[in-house]
Amino acid sequence: MWWRSASFILDQRHVEDPPNDVASSSKEPDTLSTLSPPQTYSSFMAAADPFNPIPNPKISAYYQTRAAHTAVVTSDWLAQAQAAVGHHPDDSQAPQTQLLASPSASGKSFCVINEFNNWRKQPDLAEAVAAIRALAAVIRASEATTMMELEIELKKASDSLKSWDTTSISLTAGCDLFMRYVTRTSALEYEDFNSARSRLIERAEKFGEISCKARRIIAMLSQDFIFDGCTILVHGFSRVVLEVLKTAAQNKKLFRVFCTEGRPDRTGLRLSNELAKLDVPVKLLIDSAVAYTMDEVDMVFVGADGVVESGGIINMMGTYQIALVAHSMNKPVYVAAESYKFARLYPLDQKDMAPALRPIDFGVPIPSKVEVERSARDYTPPQYLTLLFTDLGVLTPSVVSDELIQLYL
Amino acid sequence: MDPRRASRTVSDPKIRQVGFFAPPPDRSLSGPPDPVSTSTPNPANAPSSPPISDLSPSGTSLSPVMIPPPRHSSDTTHRPAPFPPASPLRRDTLSLTVGSYNNNIISSSPTASFYDESKGISVKVSPTSAASSFPGGGFDLTAVKAKTIVEKVGGSVEMQNDLPANSKPLKERTSKAERRALQEAQRAAKAAAKGSKLPATTSGAVASANAKPTKATKPPSQKNDCATVTSSEKKGGDRPPEKDRKKDAPHPRMQYDDKSRVEKAKRRAVVKQTEARNRVELFRHLPQYEHGTQLPDLESKFFQLDPVHPVVYKVGLQYISGDTSGGNARCIAMLQAFQEAIKDYSTPDEKTLTRDLTAKINSYVSFLNECRPLSISMGNAIRFLKNQIAKLPLTLSESEAKTFLQSDIEQFINEKIILADKVIVKHAVTKIRDGDVLLTYGSSSAVEMILLHAHELGKQFRVVIVDSRPKLEGQLLLRRLVGKGLSCTYANINAVSYIMHEVTRVFLGASSVLSNGTVYSRVGTACVAMVAHEFRVPVLVCCEAYKFHERVQLDSICSNELGDPDAISKVPGREDINYLDGCTNSENLQLLNLIYDATPSDYVSMIVTDYGMVPPTSVPVIVREYCRDQVWV
Repeated sequence: MWWRSASFILDQRHVEDPPNDVASSSKEPDTLSTLSPPQTYSSFMAAADPFNPIPNPKISAYYQTRAAHTAVVTSDWLAQAQAAVGHHPDDSQAPQTQLLASPSASGKSFCVINEFNNWRKQPDLAEAVAAIRALAAVIRASEATTMMELEIELKKASDSLKSWDTTSISLTAGCDLFMRYVTRTSALEYEDFNSARSRLIERAEKFGEISCKARRIIAMLSQDFIFDGCTILVHGFSRVVLEVLKTAAQNKKLFRVFCTEGRPDRTGLRLSNELAKLDVPVKLLIDSAVAYTMDEVDMVFVGADGVVESGGIINMMGTYQIALVAHSMNKPVYVAAESYKFARLYPLDQKDMAPALRPIDFGVPIPSKVEVERSARDYTPPQYLTLLFTDLGVLTPSVVSDELIQLYL
Repeated sequence: MDPRRASRTVSDPKIRQVGFFAPPPDRSLSGPPDPVSTSTPNPANAPSSPPISDLSPSGTSLSPVMIPPPRHSSDTTHRPAPFPPASPLRRDTLSLTVGSYNNNIISSSPTASFYDESKGISVKVSPTSAASSFPGGGFDLTAVKAKTIVEKVGGSVEMQNDLPANSKPLKERTSKAERRALQEAQRAAKAAAKGSKLPATTSGAVASANAKPTKATKPPSQKNDCATVTSSEKKGGDRPPEKDRKKDAPHPRMQYDDKSRVEKAKRRAVVKQTEARNRVELFRHLPQYEHGTQLPDLESKFFQLDPVHPVVYKVGLQYISGDTSGGNARCIAMLQAFQEAIKDYSTPDEKTLTRDLTAKINSYVSFLNECRPLSISMGNAIRFLKNQIAKLPLTLSESEAKTFLQSDIEQFINEKIILADKVIVKHAVTKIRDGDVLLTYGSSSAVEMILLHAHELGKQFRVVIVDSRPKLEGQLLLRRLVGKGLSCTYANINAVSYIMHEVTRVFLGASSVLSNGTVYSRVGTACVAMVAHEFRVPVLVCCEAYKFHERVQLDSICSNELGDPDAISKVPGREDINYLDGCTNSENLQLLNLIYDATPSDYVSMIVTDYGMVPPTSVPVIVREYCRDQVWV
């Protein structure tokens, strides 16, 4: 059963998933499917359905994509979701939301958001890169005849992208960065519009490439920090962290990895799955066992959804507490994040961010009077982070702001 | 830490520099391109001493001559010196001075580090190469002359004058050999002075300042200048276009615990102030005066102080009386006064506008500084103004140049203060949520604007105003906020640890933010920030970027301002608790009324500035990127 699971978005990705994962996840399908609220299905379908570009506003599209890309989803769930498609509540909303989105497309056949959604589905493509590609497509499809027009069009497109999913930091950061990168160029001084335009496209492509290479660079940079015999604690699923560990394994480093389970979408399971394929010794922990195992751990490796101006990170729920535990036990906390995740945000505390919500299933019915904390992410302040591995180099948290100031001001 | 930034002090790390540093005198000389631009006291002098003013900033002669003349124009302004009869000798002596002074420098500092403006890198160069490396050094004629003269005399007449200013700082950081060289030079200078004791002004009135008999008068003047200018220039010193770093860095503010120098400074001061008697040991290096002694004296002298423009004079009086207080208000008042003064300014014959005007501004600055020590933000503004003056194209006519400068000042006020505040408000308001309890300390104009704006936006929040004696500025703020319908709580700082637990955000103003993230602000701020930090309440400091300074300060001692000690010992209107009556003058009682304190960056969660919301660790980035070369606008 498992082999069909998350493929409703990722096609054959999970076909080759080894059976050991099935064992861990197969016990749950029934409870999961029966208990998860109908909203979940529709929202998942919303994410999956390119013709319904605006997701349920209650649920963070960013985390849906992440879950779709990385989480363990059961096939029954999928089946039910498909059954729900016919009459899910979003259907009635869809026309209006489409209207909302359409001004950006303004009658043209081209729609950034659709484009973005297409790119987004590629599992290896980060959201920011997808956004950049989508914006590049905007330039290509643009019928503008002057630089100004083009710029306005780009601005509109990036705004609509940003407003499409306000919870995704890397999407916002990617759009902003791209706008900076493209408009702050000598291309604008070209007299000939067409050459300027082609230069912009070139830039966009180059930017996309750079962003793609970022993960490799980070993996290379972090190799010096992984030593033989070390134990690494990872939280959730991060493609960069996976790349780092993969590279380390390829370099014949001997290390052990502790994976947290990563509730509620259990992204940690997936990571452990990938690592097991690489023959790296992995141990799975439930999220609450972090402090229990911390004394065995030599370093903590986490990814980031966004790196904020203070140098702190916004990441999957649980990162903050892991960082706190690690800090109190004097273990280094390393963050692997591409520079396009740097965002001009400055949360002062946990609640100082736009909430990104996602459905959580507890396996049992929740009494109606009980409230559920559904936030998908938390903010880890910079004082709990040791170093950030980025494609700009290995940075201390305080350098993030330096880079941001140089980028945006 | 950052290779891109030249370190300010290259000199011996053992010496702790105390107070605001003024740029070393020679820095001004450094760049022929804009010798006046740097805020050093010297530029002012340059114009006043005829020989130097004659020098044209072109040519590539050796640097030695480019050293600033020891005298300050401010001297002239402060007290009209008797004009010695003009004599041809004068010129020679002056140039001699210059040359010799330079000579001295070379001997005392074997290597000179140059600050490369464009690259922001400081380079060390040997003296010879240094000399040649001055970009287009002018002064050909004089240079040559000076050199020859120096050779002949082997000492400088004015050596001495320079020395009082520099010798002290030098003493501390120079090696023995260097000191010996210095002493020798001094001796030689004395000898030479004896010989050429008939200094005369070449060009009558203009040179009047310089004309003072070399020996007696000058040393004090020099001294005073450094005292006055230093504080104003605290900022100024930072980025010498290129100059002998070694000399540069350690030019400490005048230390008021140095009796002899204070005496000299006093002799020159316009504002006669009586020193307070019992000063706290650690703070003896700061100026402290008996309150209320300056005003009447200054008023009585109104008609004798012609060099000070009436508008500047007025601002000075406002500073003394406390009518104008608060960083922005003081800075704006000063800039507007300068604007007026520039409007009424006309270049005297035989002078260039850039040099003479800088001298004028310098004299105003030292006057204002005597009225009340300048704040760091004002130092920045002055530095900006001087830079603008120095950058004026030579081709401009006088009226054009004046218009330019006035509009520059206008622009600075608008962009760096008024607009900056608006941007700060815009950013900070995003951090206020419904249901917040905001705490502020004292009265900060930026914070007030933020609170009012948030209120206008309809956010539901409560304000806690913490206040402290003796100024009780918070009451003013409280009054205004309550008038606008905000719900406020008023508490004394004693209650801060109690009230803090219900607070969700702390907003603080700042007099300055230093490059290690230290916030230099009204005394008590550090205490509030510390308590907030302890309660895990985010502390937001609202500060315009023109108040950033690249200096680093670790405590509140080395540079601070002392207020009137009576203010803390007496409670007005409370006769029943004036227990200290009659004790204030006893030898074993020392009253300390600090005005500022330094909040360590650990306690600050965020600095809201016109460049956005940045962590305190990013202050040096902003200083590096935007405050460099004082290109503020």
